[in-house]
Amino acid sequence: MGATSDHPVVARVRPLPWAIALGLAWWGLYRSLEPMSRWLTHHAMGLPADSHLGQAVAFFIYETPKVLLLLTIVVFVVGMIRSFFTPERTRALLAGRRESVGNVLAAGLGVATPFCSCSAVPLFIGFVSAGVPLGVTLSFLIAAPMVNEIALGLLLSLFGWKIAAIYLGTGLTIAIVAGWVIGRMKMERFIEDWVRAAPVAPSPGVTDQPTPRSGAPSSGDEMTPTPGTAWADRLADGRAAVVDIVGRVWIFVVLGIAVGAGIHGYVPQDFLAAVMGRGAWWSVPVAVVLGVPMYSNAAGIVPVVQALVAKGAALGTVLAFMMSVIALSLPEAILLRKVLRPTLLATFFAVVATGILATGYLFNAIL
Amino acid sequence: MKHLQILGTGCAKCNLLAERTQQAAEAMGVEHTLEKVTDMRKIMAMGVMSTPALAVDGVVKVSGKVPDVETLKSLIGG
Repeated sequence: MGATSDHPVVARVRPLPWAIALGLAWWGLYRSLEPMSRWLTHHAMGLPADSHLGQAVAFFIYETPKVLLLLTIVVFVVGMIRSFFTPERTRALLAGRRESVGNVLAAGLGVATPFCSCSAVPLFIGFVSAGVPLGVTLSFLIAAPMVNEIALGLLLSLFGWKIAAIYLGTGLTIAIVAGWVIGRMKMERFIEDWVRAAPVAPSPGVTDQPTPRSGAPSSGDEMTPTPGTAWADRLADGRAAVVDIVGRVWIFVVLGIAVGAGIHGYVPQDFLAAVMGRGAWWSVPVAVVLGVPMYSNAAGIVPVVQALVAKGAALGTVLAFMMSVIALSLPEAILLRKVLRPTLLATFFAVVATGILATGYLFNAIL
Repeated sequence: MKHLQILGTGCAKCNLLAERTQQAAEAMGVEHTLEKVTDMRKIMAMGVMSTPALAVDGVVKVSGKVPDVETLKSLIGG
């Protein structure tokens, strides 16, 4: 089989000029969104700018392509960054770490390491059986959904770097502290017995290399990719992430923006200040509790957050709501129940929920 | 005869990998058996930490991602 002949078309063309051309097209499109959406709503559709419907429609027509364009860029960059990390490499970095340093490192790696939520269980077993302390493993497993990389990128582009930094900082802190606390509580005996009994083979080296491409030897031969090839592979990884993630979550984004548009057009200004404002102390726990049964992709929740804040909701309350929707999910609890006994599982969720509550109050107090 | 194993607990990505592996093997015309390994103990025993994964004749070729059909062809080998 020819080494290069069966590369997909995009991998064969020179990636850099393509990346630049696409980048410029992206920028041009992004810049023309505002005038285009205004023209569409108020001229083509004839909706007055001061009507409820006009405002909702204008919001939807402007925000949908905008958030999708931003999402594409964010996912592309994240996909490229993540191609440097694998669960196997992360485990090797964490095995045998002392707890405090381990918790910090694990939380950071939890944000950067790509893994599908459906592999939380094998990941947990793989970490624990390789000698990663329970608390450190949990720091990793908490950080991953807590600091969702897509939510982070969207917050950065829609709200600015301060809010994004707050989200990142508090998410990491919760993961570090929660893992450390559970480590202190010596809860190893609440791991299901079969986890320890399971024979675990050392991971094969194959996954420590960049994504094997067609034609590239993936095992057996030790391959050292030249820098050029490596970067082409990273770009391809970014592209694959866009196809996979944007292809899956766009519907959540559109729904999220539709909800946001409704809020934007029909909810009176400052109406939310009373129920979700800083003064309402009970709004933070209510937001967290409401967030648990809600399941949405991170990309869908950010437009809602944006609309709520614009109507007078306190940022801490809304951030707590967002973190709760993303990080506290019932499907994940059901998955983890396979390896964690109820006591440990309940502790895990209680500690994370407390962290989210604290975040909500903290930011309502200082912002 | 190639023995192809899809390792995973049955999430959407595992099914996608199984589908593409089947396509790749058929396109290459190699004789093969396709087995879905869903028992977590067996998966761990093969050293796989991120699912879905593909093993060819007992050797893990890729884990934690779903490559395209062309890539799978080269992983399955001639």
